Amino acid sequence: MSALNVKTRQRLLSAGTLLGFFLLWELACIATGVSDLILPRPSQIAAVLWEKMPLLWPHTVQTLYTTLSGFALGVMIGIVIGVAIGSSKTAYDVAYPLLVGFSSIPKVAVVPIFVVWFGAGTVPAILTSMVISIFPVVVNVATGLATTEPELEDVLKVLGARKRDILWNVGLPRALPYLFASLKIAITLAFVGTVLAETVAANRGIGNVMMIASGNFDVPMVFAGLVILAVMGVMLYGVSSFVEGRLTGWAQRKSDVVMA
Amino acid sequence: MSEAFVELSDVTVRFNGGTIALSQTDLRLEQGDFVALVGPSGCGKSTILKLVAGLLKPSSGVVLVAKREVGLAGSVRKEALGASVPVRIGLAFQNPTMLPWLTIRENVMIPLKIVSPFREQYARKKKGEYAERAEALLAQVGLKGFGDKRPWQLSGGMLQRASLCRALVHEPQLLLLDEPFGALDQFTREELWSIMQSLWMSQRPTVLLVTHDLRESAFLANRIAVMSARPGRILEDRAVPFARPRTVEMSYAPEFAALVQQLRMRIAHTRAEADTAAQAAEVTA
Ligand SMILES: Nc1ncnc2c1ncn2[C@@H]1O[C@H](COP(=O)(O)OP(=O)(O)O)[C@@H](O)[C@H]1O
Ligand SMILES: [Mg+2]
Repeated sequence: MSALNVKTRQRLLSAGTLLGFFLLWELACIATGVSDLILPRPSQIAAVLWEKMPLLWPHTVQTLYTTLSGFALGVMIGIVIGVAIGSSKTAYDVAYPLLVGFSSIPKVAVVPIFVVWFGAGTVPAILTSMVISIFPVVVNVATGLATTEPELEDVLKVLGARKRDILWNVGLPRALPYLFASLKIAITLAFVGTVLAETVAANRGIGNVMMIASGNFDVPMVFAGLVILAVMGVMLYGVSSFVEGRLTGWAQRKSDVVMA
Repeated sequence: MSEAFVELSDVTVRFNGGTIALSQTDLRLEQGDFVALVGPSGCGKSTILKLVAGLLKPSSGVVLVAKREVGLAGSVRKEALGASVPVRIGLAFQNPTMLPWLTIRENVMIPLKIVSPFREQYARKKKGEYAERAEALLAQVGLKGFGDKRPWQLSGGMLQRASLCRALVHEPQLLLLDEPFGALDQFTREELWSIMQSLWMSQRPTVLLVTHDLRESAFLANRIAVMSARPGRILEDRAVPFARPRTVEMSYAPEFAALVQQLRMRIAHTRAEADTAAQAAEVTA
């Protein structure tokens, strides 16, 4: 009972802090008389959100669609590469340094290439979001597979287990919590990739809206875009955390998951 | 002399780094025998076990299990020579390696999911016959009612019991144990000796037990093979005459203590020899 009270109190405190933050912002703007071309007041941003929602909504949906498409592609490809690398010791040793090398390339750099190949629009945004979200999935799946105890593998080999049996019965279930942990990271990265590509080379999406608004010095609109992104980001993270918690109950006792 | 079920002849194992783990070793196990392998640490006990399991290839020499050469294509199961039925093997290590996402019963049933001919009927029998078989084994090792628990809910000793069940559920003809009780406290260990003995007496697989506990070897085995320090050879192969079923009280009898004492002296001696040899090598180097 008291545990519930503690939780409720924490929630109330968080909400209060957030509210206080906006209130302070509002008051500071009024007190200093700062121009809304530099820092608009939260009430102005809220007004813009309310009035322009019919215009902003399709862009929100576009950004969400691009993020989820890139994420889905990235996860599928990531799983395939991760399984390929993680199920063989040699492949793991050879490919791991390469992967780390690739992952350290700043992903902004690939956007112009995708634009050259596919033209400005949705495709480069999806691809950027995909490329950026592959890596954590690959690393986590490969690590999950590679951490199978050698003794257990011996027990199964002696029983005459084929590689496929070991992968199916031990490797994949063992890699699952690693995979779920990586989804949380991948969705956040996919989102970053999408907005990045939208600001550089797209004609739709919240990133594009913000880019155009900033060109027109419509600062309240830029902030409205930012608020939408923040809300979307928190929601995506929340959903994937929730799914992870649900699916890997047994693995919660082990917290040795790699955060890549 | 009856026919050998497991036979190592003139086996040498050299690892990639150049380490010679075994040198010209011979060892025989008859069907239904219980042989313990003891010796100083690093002398190649686990290496012998892996050879017999087919997990390791000898650099030279021959390893036969039921007259089939093993270690050629990885595992005994690979039907390299003719159409004879492959030997079923059970394996247990010091680390019980239970899968945390399965219940204890499901863990015990893993071999049935993999080994022929159980594999083919697994989908049909996993709820009925196979679950009962696993439960019966669990009851035999004192884990009645724990089948639905998850591994993390059990103590180390209980997990090791479950691991023995997993090694025996497919009724292997050959049971290979590598220090299975090594991580347990003295009381739990002695309890498990008795359980192991009764499992062996009821199923009668051929057992090769690697251990560094000399009392354990004398309690469980029909024969004890003492190995020299690395590169390992079998120094001495002696029968253990005590009647079965043996009890922990019997392990305090004078003849039992005398046997353990002789084994201890033998191993201390081979270690001292190895140390002297190493020092001599250092001096000449
Ligand atoms: N895969 C390996 N590669 C190189 N050396 C090994 C390998 N496995 C074991 N050895 C070495 O071979 C020797 C015998 O090992 P092992 O059979 O495990 O000894 P133990 O009698 O303690 O079980 C040891 O010196 C060990 O370091
Ligand atoms: Mg060993």
